Amino acid sequence: MDELKNEVTTQDVDPEVSVPTEPQTQTGDALTQGVMHERDMKKETKKQDVMKILGKIGVYLFLSVMAFIVVFPFLWMIATSLKHLSEYYDSNLDLVLFPGGPRDFHNFAEVFTETDLGRYFINTLIVGVASTFMSLIITVLSAFALSRLKFKGQNAFFAGLLATMMIPGELFTITNYKTVADLGWTNQFGDGGWFNAFLTLTLPFLVSVFYIYLLKQNFMQIPNELYLAAKVDGTTDLKYLWKVMIPLALPTLISITILKMMGAWNTYMWPKLTTTNQDFYLITIGLREAFSSADNQQPDIPLQMAAVTLVSIPLFLVFIFLRKYIMRGVSRSGIKG
Amino acid sequence: MDKVLTFLNTVFVQGFWKTFCVKWVWQTFCVKWVWQTFCVKWVYQTFCKDLVGKKLRFNSWKGWIYLLPAIILLLIFTVYPIFNTVMMAFTNNYDSLESIGGTSFEFGIDNFITVISSGDTFRTAILNTMLLCVVTVPLSTMLALLIAVALNSIKPLQKFFQTIFFLPYVTNSIAIGMVFAALFDVVGDFSKPYLVESWGFINTLLGKIGVQPVNWLDGIGVFGDATYWPKFAVLVIYIVWNALPFKILILLGGLQSVNKQYYEAAKIDSTPKWRVFTRITVPLLSPMIAYVVITGFIGGFKEYTSIIGIFGDSMADGQLYTMVGFIYDALPDAFYGEASAAALILFAIIFAVTMVNLYVSKKKTHY
Repeated sequence: MDELKNEVTTQDVDPEVSVPTEPQTQTGDALTQGVMHERDMKKETKKQDVMKILGKIGVYLFLSVMAFIVVFPFLWMIATSLKHLSEYYDSNLDLVLFPGGPRDFHNFAEVFTETDLGRYFINTLIVGVASTFMSLIITVLSAFALSRLKFKGQNAFFAGLLATMMIPGELFTITNYKTVADLGWTNQFGDGGWFNAFLTLTLPFLVSVFYIYLLKQNFMQIPNELYLAAKVDGTTDLKYLWKVMIPLALPTLISITILKMMGAWNTYMWPKLTTTNQDFYLITIGLREAFSSADNQQPDIPLQMAAVTLVSIPLFLVFIFLRKYIMRGVSRSGIKG
Repeated sequence: MDKVLTFLNTVFVQGFWKTFCVKWVWQTFCVKWVWQTFCVKWVYQTFCKDLVGKKLRFNSWKGWIYLLPAIILLLIFTVYPIFNTVMMAFTNNYDSLESIGGTSFEFGIDNFITVISSGDTFRTAILNTMLLCVVTVPLSTMLALLIAVALNSIKPLQKFFQTIFFLPYVTNSIAIGMVFAALFDVVGDFSKPYLVESWGFINTLLGKIGVQPVNWLDGIGVFGDATYWPKFAVLVIYIVWNALPFKILILLGGLQSVNKQYYEAAKIDSTPKWRVFTRITVPLLSPMIAYVVITGFIGGFKEYTSIIGIFGDSMADGQLYTMVGFIYDALPDAFYGEASAAALILFAIIFAVTMVNLYVSKKKTHY
C-alpha cells in the first residue's frame, strides 16, 4: 500500500514544479520560445520522466507484494506438504520448495492410507458428474422453452423464477432437510443406502434458477430466423435445440458445467447435514472430519497440508486450463459454485 | 422487549389475522383467480375458439412440458420450502407438536421469542455476524479497489497479475481455511513454552521482528474477551483474502469499460493523480462499487464455512458463532421452528441492510 501512496504523493507535488505534462507539446512550445527555455523544459521533462518511471516501479512493486501475499498460502501449503514432521518443527520459515535436493512424497501416500480421502474423491466425482449432467439437461430444456416457445403464463413463470433468487438459501435448507429426513433418505445404511445418499446429495440442487436465466439470455441472442427456417424445413424442436442452439451457446454451457462441478467439489453444508453414513462423505466434509483432531492429539500439519494440496490440485488444473470460462461465468453471476 | 412481542401477538396474530387477512386474501385473489381460469376458459374454449380461428391459438402445453422437470423439482425444493419455513416459524411450539405428530396448529411468534431470548448463543451469533460484515466489507473493497486501479494502470504483465489475483477464487474454502489455521497454529501447549513443538509460521515471522508469540487459535473464552480478538483477526485476514478475487474481477471489469476520454481530458488539464482517482475513477466506478459492497454484505451475513475451515465444527467452542451457524446447529436436533424463525430474522436483516445499501448508493452513485 505504501508504494502506491508514495507514487500518488510524488505525482501530487509534480504540478507545482511544472504545469504541462505532454513532452511533445512542450518541445513544440519551447522551439518558439527560444533556446534557454528549451533547455529548462528538457530538464523538466527529464524530471517528469524519472517520476513517471518511479511511479510505474511503485505500482509494480505494490502489485508484486500483493500478489505474493495472495499466493503465499498456496506456496506454503505445497512446501509444507513435502516436509517430514520433524523438519516442520525445526524450521517452518523455510519457504524454499526443495531445500537440499528432491523430496519424497510420503505425506501424499500417507493421506490415502491414513484417511479415506480416496473414497471421498470417487464419491464426489460420481455426485458431481451425475448432478451436473442432469442439471444441464433441465437447464437447457427450461431455457429453450422460456426463450423460444410462446405459451400462456410464460412471463409470469419467469418472473416468479427470478423472485426465488432473492431468498437466501438457508430458508430452503431448513425445510429441505426436513423433507429429506421425512422421505427416509437420511437412512443411508444397508442395501439401498447408496441410492438414498445419492438422491439426497443431487436432487435438491438440480434446478439452478440463475443458470436458467443465464442460458435464456444467451439463447435470446440467437436470431429467431434460424428457428423459423428450421421449422420450415420441418425440423423438430428437439433436433433444432441439439443441432443449432447448443453449439451456438457452448461457451455458456461450459461455464455452467465448470461452476456446477466446482460447486459439487466445494459444497460443505448440505452433505454435512444429511450424510449419515461416513462411506458417502463428499471430499470437503471428509477432509474436515479427517483432521478434526481430539483435544490432546497434536495435529500432523505436513500430512494435513498434503491432503489439502490433493483436494486443491483439481481446482488448480481447472483454473489453469479453463480460467476464461470461469471468469466469464463469475463476472456475470457473482455467486460461488 | 417481551411486552412488545406479547402485545404484537395479541393484536395481530390471534384476532386480526384469522378474521380479516385470511378472508380478504381468499376473496380478492383466489376466488377471482379460480373464476377466471376455470369459467372464463371453459366459456372461451367451448364457444369462441372456432370463431377466432387458428391465429390466436398457441401450443400452450408444449412449453410447459419442456419446463416440467424444472417445475417438479422447484415445487418440492424451492416453492414448498418458502411457505413451509414461514409456516414453521409462525407456529407456536412447532417442534414438540411435530415430534408427537400433532395437527392442531396455532399461529404465533413464540419461536421468535425463544430465539431472541435464548441468551448468549444468539447474541454472540448476531454480534459476530455484524462485526464481521462491518470490518471485512470495507477492508476488502478498498484493497480490491487499490489493486484494480493499479492493475488497470499497467500494460505489460497485466494478464499475469490478473490471473494470480483471481487464484483464491477457485479454492475450497474449507481446505484453504485449514491452511490459514496451520499458518497461525501453535502446536503444543501455549501456556507451557517448553512443551511447544512449533510456534507456527506467523509467530516465528513476528518473532524475527521482536513481537511476542500470540495464541492465535486455541484460547478458550467468550465473545469479546482477550482470547477473542486474535481469532477474529485471523478470520478477518482469511475472509478478506478470500473475498478479494471476485471484487477485483468486477472492479477491473468496470475500470476497463470507463470511457478513456475522461482521463485524457484530465491529462490535458494536468490534474493530479489523486484527484483523478477521487473525481473520475471512483464516481464512474460507483455502480460497480455499490454492487460489490451489497454482495459483500450479503455474503458476510452468511459467513459460515470459512469459520468451520479455520476453527472446526464447534466454531471455536461457540465463540465465533454466526447466524447461519445458529440455524444449522438447530437442525440435527429437529428444532425446525426455531431454525426457521432465526432464518427469517436473518432474511429480514439482510433485506434491511440491502435496502439501506441501495438507498445510499442511489444517492451517491453516478450513472
